[in-house]
Amino acid sequence: MSSPDVLNDGRGDVRQDLDDDVRREGGEVLREGGDVRRDLDDDVPSGGGDVLNDGRGDVRRNLDDDDRSGGRDVRRDPRRDPGMRLLASEVGLTFRRPRNLAMLGVLAVVPVLIGVAVRLASGDSGATLIAQVAGNGLVLTFAAFAVMLPLVLPLAVSVVAGDSIAGEAAQGTLRYLLVAPAGRTRLLALKYANVVIFSLAACTVVAVAALAAGLVLFPVGSVTLLSGTTVAPAEALLRAGLVVLYAAAGMAALGAVALAVSTLTEAPIGAVATSVVLVVVSQVLSAIPQLSAVRPYLLTSWWTSFDGVLRSPIATEELGHGLLAFAAYTAVFGSLAWARFSAKDITA
Amino acid sequence: MVTEAGAPAGVSPPLLDGMAIATSGLTKRFKGGQVAVDGVDLAVPRGSVFGFLGPNGSGKTTTIRMLLGLVAPSAGAWSLLGEPMPAGLRSALPRVGALVEGPAFYPYLSGKANLLRYDAADPAADRRTTRSRIAEALDRVGLSAAARKRYRAYSLGMRQRLAIAAALLSPRELLVLDEPTNGLDPQGTREVRGLIKEIAAGDTTVFVSSHLLTEVEQMCTHLGVMRAGRLVAQGPIAGLRAGGGALLRVETPEPAAAAAVLTAAGLAGVQAEGEVVTAEPGDLAPERACALLVHGGVAVRGFALVRPSLEELFVGLTGEGFDVES
Repeated sequence: MSSPDVLNDGRGDVRQDLDDDVRREGGEVLREGGDVRRDLDDDVPSGGGDVLNDGRGDVRRNLDDDDRSGGRDVRRDPRRDPGMRLLASEVGLTFRRPRNLAMLGVLAVVPVLIGVAVRLASGDSGATLIAQVAGNGLVLTFAAFAVMLPLVLPLAVSVVAGDSIAGEAAQGTLRYLLVAPAGRTRLLALKYANVVIFSLAACTVVAVAALAAGLVLFPVGSVTLLSGTTVAPAEALLRAGLVVLYAAAGMAALGAVALAVSTLTEAPIGAVATSVVLVVVSQVLSAIPQLSAVRPYLLTSWWTSFDGVLRSPIATEELGHGLLAFAAYTAVFGSLAWARFSAKDITA
Repeated sequence: MVTEAGAPAGVSPPLLDGMAIATSGLTKRFKGGQVAVDGVDLAVPRGSVFGFLGPNGSGKTTTIRMLLGLVAPSAGAWSLLGEPMPAGLRSALPRVGALVEGPAFYPYLSGKANLLRYDAADPAADRRTTRSRIAEALDRVGLSAAARKRYRAYSLGMRQRLAIAAALLSPRELLVLDEPTNGLDPQGTREVRGLIKEIAAGDTTVFVSSHLLTEVEQMCTHLGVMRAGRLVAQGPIAGLRAGGGALLRVETPEPAAAAAVLTAAGLAGVQAEGEVVTAEPGDLAPERACALLVHGGVAVRGFALVRPSLEELFVGLTGEGFDVES
């Protein structure tokens, strides 16, 4: 901004070229100009940097010569801002929005409700995860994921991801972000990064709330795994952390699907509802025994595989397949979202 | 997106030099075949205040959306600040402030937080000066006192002003304002106009669309007129006025005699209506026509060379009237 001399110098030359082209080649000029411009684009910012920071540049050259050029790219060329500021703004918006805070609140309350219910119904002793909670508060964390991963967590992630593009479009803020210019690919990538962060936060909230409720309501001790072996509380905590990461990856994959849906519409409710319907349909399909052949291709069937963490040794192959499925879904739907969004006419 | 063949026949390519906006054959055909913008060749000189005039639905907003890269043209090429689009969008848009189809903000954020959000979206904005730039922009539109109020609680005029503040967040070379006074009360309209004049007094080029002729006439140095997706006229306001063709207007108690004298002098379009006779002066100097009338014994009560008002001109160009503000 504040290096008008350099900018003008550069532009002056290019204009001259363009002008010549205009006379010679008429209609093709605009395209030709694109090349010239691109060159200019590369040249101007770094050149501008020199002028802007001449004084400081000298000092730094003395201080550390090697680091200078690298430092200049990051610090002095605002156009190469990878988007940390916009990502911070996205995250701030997501976690300040009353609706999202309410959803996180619900995610925190559900594990507590499960704990209270188990406590009130004490005396029941079965082999399920939930039944084990009465004997060991740590198990509540795993029980909470078993209950919430099929629908409650996907609902929360669908709301945030489905709203991400469609909500901005419906509000009209999308056009101003793009004119700013946020850049379509950049904006989409940052929106998805925000969805990933929200997924991780949602799963963490569930785990922390379950852990707290478990500690308050029940005795704590060594945890008996699904495979029958017993592990110390510290290791159980570690495994709970793995469950959080695995669940967050599964939710982030759903987030990619919801983001793709979000680029197709200007009605955020429609995008959220479509994502939730997709989850439900997928759950129904995986519940039909005759359709067991399609199960491995459904996103939802891999979510519950988190219980692989509760075996000894950890069922890494099963979890690996799950992560692979999540990655495939993210890649496919991320590409769909990009293809759609980068060519979309923004008329809202 | 950009046509390979370049400009259609008969359309000269845009001269980028000295143009803040230049388009060539810019066309938008929506799905379903509706042509919203049809072969528009805009030339907006740097430093001008360009009024983009046309009735509602004439394609102004679609043109603006194409200029800003929100909508891809079906055909044609365009440039902003001398940079060919859409390749140069990322380097040109930080220098362009825009108000497109009314304000749009996050209702649950304050005015200031909203501006912070848009500033964060601009990769060229300097984060070290963000606070001072936002304070300055809010001050410029008179919203400093309401900076911490939620957008939801803003009145229509405040919302419009906040949108202008957003367009002024960084130093701009070009401001694109789509119907900036839409929905404002007379007081708000006056304020916004004053603001635009103030901005235009600097080096910033202002491209302002409107369906109100009076508004454009008061603020602008240049005009472009849209009708049903086509640009039917553009140029400096003074030039457009002069091109309107003046008429001789004679007031006389003897209209028949006056008409005979003027016809005999070889003037075209002689018309008598009551006690008023009009004619196209052609090459004949008006003073000569007057002398002829007097020598011919016609009693002349009034004699004038009248130019049509801009409004008459544009009603002729667009085929419809403009809303005249009360």
